Amino acid sequence: MNYSIAINQVSKSFGKKVVLNQIDLIIEEGQIYGFIGPSGAGKTTLVKMIVGMDTPDAGTIHVLNEKMPNLELLQEIGYMAQSDALYSELTGMENLKFFASLYKLNKVEIKERISYAANLVHLTTELNQRVKAYSGGMKRRLSLAIALIQNPKILILDEPTVGIDPELRLSIWNELLRLKNEEGKTIIVTTHVMDEAERCDFVAMVRDGVILTRGTPEELKAHYQVDNFDEVFLKAGRKDS
Amino acid sequence: MRTVALIKRICQEMLRDKRTLALLFVAPLIILTLMYFLFNGNTVDLKLGVVNVDNSLEKILEEANINVIQYDTADKETIVVEDLDGLLEVKNEKLELTLQNSDPSIAKALQMKVNQSVSLHAQSKFLNPNTAPVAIQKKNIDTQYVYGNSETAFFDVLSPVLVGFFVFFFVFLISGIGLLKERTTGTLERLMSTPIRRGEIVTAYLVGFGIFAVIQTVIVVLYSINVLDMVMVGSVWNVILINLLLALVALSLGTLLSSFAASEFQMVQFIPIAVIPQVFFAGIFPLEGMADWLQSIGKIMPIYYAADALKGVMYKGLHLTDISGDLFALVVFATIFIILNIFALKKYRRL
Repeated sequence: MNYSIAINQVSKSFGKKVVLNQIDLIIEEGQIYGFIGPSGAGKTTLVKMIVGMDTPDAGTIHVLNEKMPNLELLQEIGYMAQSDALYSELTGMENLKFFASLYKLNKVEIKERISYAANLVHLTTELNQRVKAYSGGMKRRLSLAIALIQNPKILILDEPTVGIDPELRLSIWNELLRLKNEEGKTIIVTTHVMDEAERCDFVAMVRDGVILTRGTPEELKAHYQVDNFDEVFLKAGRKDS
Repeated sequence: MRTVALIKRICQEMLRDKRTLALLFVAPLIILTLMYFLFNGNTVDLKLGVVNVDNSLEKILEEANINVIQYDTADKETIVVEDLDGLLEVKNEKLELTLQNSDPSIAKALQMKVNQSVSLHAQSKFLNPNTAPVAIQKKNIDTQYVYGNSETAFFDVLSPVLVGFFVFFFVFLISGIGLLKERTTGTLERLMSTPIRRGEIVTAYLVGFGIFAVIQTVIVVLYSINVLDMVMVGSVWNVILINLLLALVALSLGTLLSSFAASEFQMVQFIPIAVIPQVFFAGIFPLEGMADWLQSIGKIMPIYYAADALKGVMYKGLHLTDISGDLFALVVFATIFIILNIFALKKYRRL
């Protein structure tokens, strides 16, 4: 198996507050890897460092065997931030076009990718509306479409399904699984929703800047002798405190 | 390519924001027009009461556009009741002028005119008692002007400074808030997760907002010259060039300061710090009289150079070579701010 992402002894603090403490993590190619944990656990900081938007105080992060941060590699990473970073004065289409034109794509590819991504998140008919008229869920979906726009090898989604209805959530997850299975993409998802955690191949539980436990959802359930993932979350947290 | 995409997006956003466009293009014109009328207003009618004053002196006073009203007796009470600007009395063969002085500038003007008239009157008596005072007035000192002419109003000297200031102010505000919006909505951070380079973002912002700054500059300059009839001795191209450089400085300073602001409100707080002090050194107040240390502060203000160059071209008709020093200073300011901008973006990504 090839390593897609290798995190080695990464620490990060903001001022005196230690956000991440000596994180080690290997993510293999073609997996869906879930980061679960309470708010403020350091999930977003970790994810941002993988994208190269933040640099670790100590340790290294390698993505596709290249040390991050690396500008060229950003072509291969699709990132969906926790907050919707969209241009509200522009239409959905103009947002997609703008972000698409920041990557190495030719005109035909841009067109294809936009229609693919818009179709995936069920936004095709609303593309010509301005984003400020979008609902919260629609903005989330547009952000996801933008993350997919350059057909990246690695997808990093920071709480992708917040504010999205269960039906659409299911269809997004089915598409994520298809992307993994058919196109061999590596997907990192941070989430609070436990049934989403169960769909991941691997789960790492982040709390107070350290990875408390990790493994397949089945392994974790067996380890804590529970049959419900909510309880894994609670028990793992309790053990530490 | 990425820069072009970013420029296109900035333009799209600006064109959708009609109010900001109006602020950029219409507001400077409104303010300039207001200033024009404020400074070019006719001087108030001066009302002067006279008691026992010579008929010939009275005539001279009237010729000096003073509204003369005769009284048999009058005192300070009369001035207040009749709302006179002043009272001229002959007491014991001596002239005595009492001024209302509720507005010192009016009082000064009246005093000056009365003095002139009195000396003119004395002159006419001394030279030739038979000559009508009108003839003597015509023989008065023939005044020559190096710049401008007798019609020159304060506004004409002020206007080049105002043109430069408005270009600076509005470009500063709009570019600063433009980039700030990108920071607060998280789109700047989002941009940093794409392969775009920091230099490309800064370039795109300079060009994107630069396009609007160019349009604004041209509108303001053409309006001032053609509609407000500002004195324009030099080349209009030089004026546009100076304003473009100034707009570039404003643009880079605005985007730079926006990285130290967390909200639009904090951006507005930079106006009294970064913009207003520049007005003091723009040449509206005479710089020569300032203390040396104050003058050296003026020399670190971009508007100081722009105003100097604009005055030179518009009022004195200087050529490009005469103002090259000022232009160079503006280029240096812009370069420094642009480089600092690229560094300021490091906060978001090292590369």
